[in-house]
Amino acid sequence: MAMILNDDQVMLRDSARDFMTSEAPVSHMRKYRDMGCKDGFAHGLWKQFAEMGFTGILIPEADGGMGMGHVEAGIVLEEIGRNLTPSPFLTTAVAAVEALKAADKAMRDRWYPGILAGDAVISVAIDEAAKHRPEKINARAERSGNGFKISGAKQFVVQGASADMIIVAARTAGAAGETDGLTLFAVDKDSAGLSMDSARLVDSSMAAQVKLDGVEVTADAVIGDVDGGWSVLTRLLDAGRVGAAAEMVGVGSGAMDMTFGYLKQRKQFDRLIGEFQALQHRAAHLYGEMEAARSITLKAQNMLDEGHKHAEQYVAAAKAKAGLACNLAVREGVQMHGGMGMTDEYDIGLYMKRDRSLNEFFGDAWYHADRVAQMNGY
Amino acid sequence: MSDLETFRAEARAWLEENCPAEMRTPARSDDDVCWGGRNFVFQSEAQKQWMDRCAAKGYTVPDWPKAYGGAGLSAAETKVLRQEMARLGCRSPLNSFGIWMLGPALLKFGTEEQKVHYLNQIARGEIRWCQGYSEPGSGSDLVSMQTFGEDKGDHWVVNGQKIWTSYADKADWIFCLVRTDKTNKYQGISFLLFDMTTPGVTTKPILLISGSSPFCETFFDNVVVPKDQIVGELNRGWDVAKYLLGHEREMISGMGGDGGTSAIGGAFKEMLGEEPVLRAQMALFDVDNLAFRAHGERFMDEWKTGKAHPAYSNLMKYAGTELNKRRHELVMALGGSEALEWDSERTRGGAKPRAWLRTKANSIEGGTSEVMLNVVAKRILEMPGA
Repeated sequence: MAMILNDDQVMLRDSARDFMTSEAPVSHMRKYRDMGCKDGFAHGLWKQFAEMGFTGILIPEADGGMGMGHVEAGIVLEEIGRNLTPSPFLTTAVAAVEALKAADKAMRDRWYPGILAGDAVISVAIDEAAKHRPEKINARAERSGNGFKISGAKQFVVQGASADMIIVAARTAGAAGETDGLTLFAVDKDSAGLSMDSARLVDSSMAAQVKLDGVEVTADAVIGDVDGGWSVLTRLLDAGRVGAAAEMVGVGSGAMDMTFGYLKQRKQFDRLIGEFQALQHRAAHLYGEMEAARSITLKAQNMLDEGHKHAEQYVAAAKAKAGLACNLAVREGVQMHGGMGMTDEYDIGLYMKRDRSLNEFFGDAWYHADRVAQMNGY
Repeated sequence: MSDLETFRAEARAWLEENCPAEMRTPARSDDDVCWGGRNFVFQSEAQKQWMDRCAAKGYTVPDWPKAYGGAGLSAAETKVLRQEMARLGCRSPLNSFGIWMLGPALLKFGTEEQKVHYLNQIARGEIRWCQGYSEPGSGSDLVSMQTFGEDKGDHWVVNGQKIWTSYADKADWIFCLVRTDKTNKYQGISFLLFDMTTPGVTTKPILLISGSSPFCETFFDNVVVPKDQIVGELNRGWDVAKYLLGHEREMISGMGGDGGTSAIGGAFKEMLGEEPVLRAQMALFDVDNLAFRAHGERFMDEWKTGKAHPAYSNLMKYAGTELNKRRHELVMALGGSEALEWDSERTRGGAKPRAWLRTKANSIEGGTSEVMLNVVAKRILEMPGA
């Protein structure tokens, strides 16, 4: 397991980089923000993602995908982050695809082709409060005839209103706080009893609060085992977390590069502000933090791909570290841009907004640092 | 079985056969570290046996060529050997500035004669080296150093003073930066080697805040150094010194893990339950520690394949030393009042506070954190200005 990209991965990175910078740079995101797009992303771009082969990266070859791993998904996510490209890639092609690997063939056949074609969008409904605490899931799924009736309230369902299907984590046994007794369901967007209140977030992405009021699903809607959903959920979350970390490496790197560029062209006191040691030291420190974040993220991706016994801990550390470093990058970025950093015209503020959303998505740095502590026995 | 796996099996068998049981326990203090040299007092027969057996096998410097006392192992084999040593808990058979610092410089800049002579001595633990770089007026601004070697035909006569010379009072030889041209700041320094018993060399240990004296002041009063004891070209010693500093900084980052974890909080589980804020600091430290280890691993992979920026080791030095200082601050906080005892038996002579104080030098020696940040900003980030 090398900590450097191989030739194929470098090629993928180059093509993802070219694609994002030409088809979906920051101006693309601005355009969809300014038109008040209700999806928060362009369906046409999602089709283009599919044409590039991105949407099938994590789908097994036997199911028609590329059968690649989290390193490759992360390569695409980093370029998405760097360009603030709005897309359902992280929710659909990473988190949902990873969960669907535990589904039976009929369900995989139902959803993978749509993802491979860039038609289908899938959201994940996990959180039930303002902070991410998946073990506290309290939505209930009670047996009803041949299937289940799901009731509960979910929030921070990213792109929920655009989704064709929502993966809902609900409790079929046990009580909130227990990891046993959870089950994952594929819930159709048009199900009776499902209602949604979609809102625009600070970064212009869309997320919904979802109410499930006795939503009926058949037994075929179960992903994985009844009461044994925690392992599938863990898989979904690890993929989503390391993916969010990779996207934040991109967001942080984009913000950092933009800021370093500004230090090299902005003049005050008759000199470039990048000549000032006070700023140089902060720039060098930031660079080191971003490099560390990039490293732990790559390490975690590698470990997930090999099924390493410590993978979960490294994923938690990666989500925490990438969150902290990216957050530092956008804060330093806005500060070092001075007044310009406060304007909507300059892009740096958009990076700050995206960082905030990604830090919360799948658990923030404090949550994941706490998990690292627990996994180390304290 | 692949060649590497065959090698692993062989190395494992050799280690099991040859590493004395006593050398498979963790070092308890600095006294347990084997430094070799003419004056070294071995702590036990096992310590000497372990060094000698490794030296005979080439395992004190496994990746050096056999002609120079090494085992001629590839990078991959060296890594396997280190993994196997770690698995058995083997102590390092020989620690030495000769291995870590002078060796790589000689391999790159030395003549064939110098390599055969000095490298074999280092590999066998016969000569203990110290490094003469800093001077009282030349710390971070090292290149302003004044120690002067006057050309006397077949030898130089060296006069001046060095400071922060690690273990100068215990070393047999010194590799030393000496000014050989007063008119050229950078290209007026030569890299000389000489015996510490040469008349005119005196050392004086410096007592540190940790209570120990690993560093000395070193004085040169008309020290005669033969002309064949120069490494590299005359007046181009700065090139050697820079290369060597890079190696020193790289060393610090060579602690990439195998995916295991090494948290310091686990042992304090009960106590941390009542210290939520300290626990949070520990957790954040562990996140940074895991990230740093992955960073070190990635850096080594990039370094070996020539992909790393030449100045990158400066970044690793900064990150690694600052992290280590933070670690020891936390160890002290976890120890509470019990970590304050300075010389009691139960604290092994105040091991914790002494180690904690020692770490404060990490971000000063070998280039301060501030200098590292300057180098990163200018050379890697290409920030403008002088």
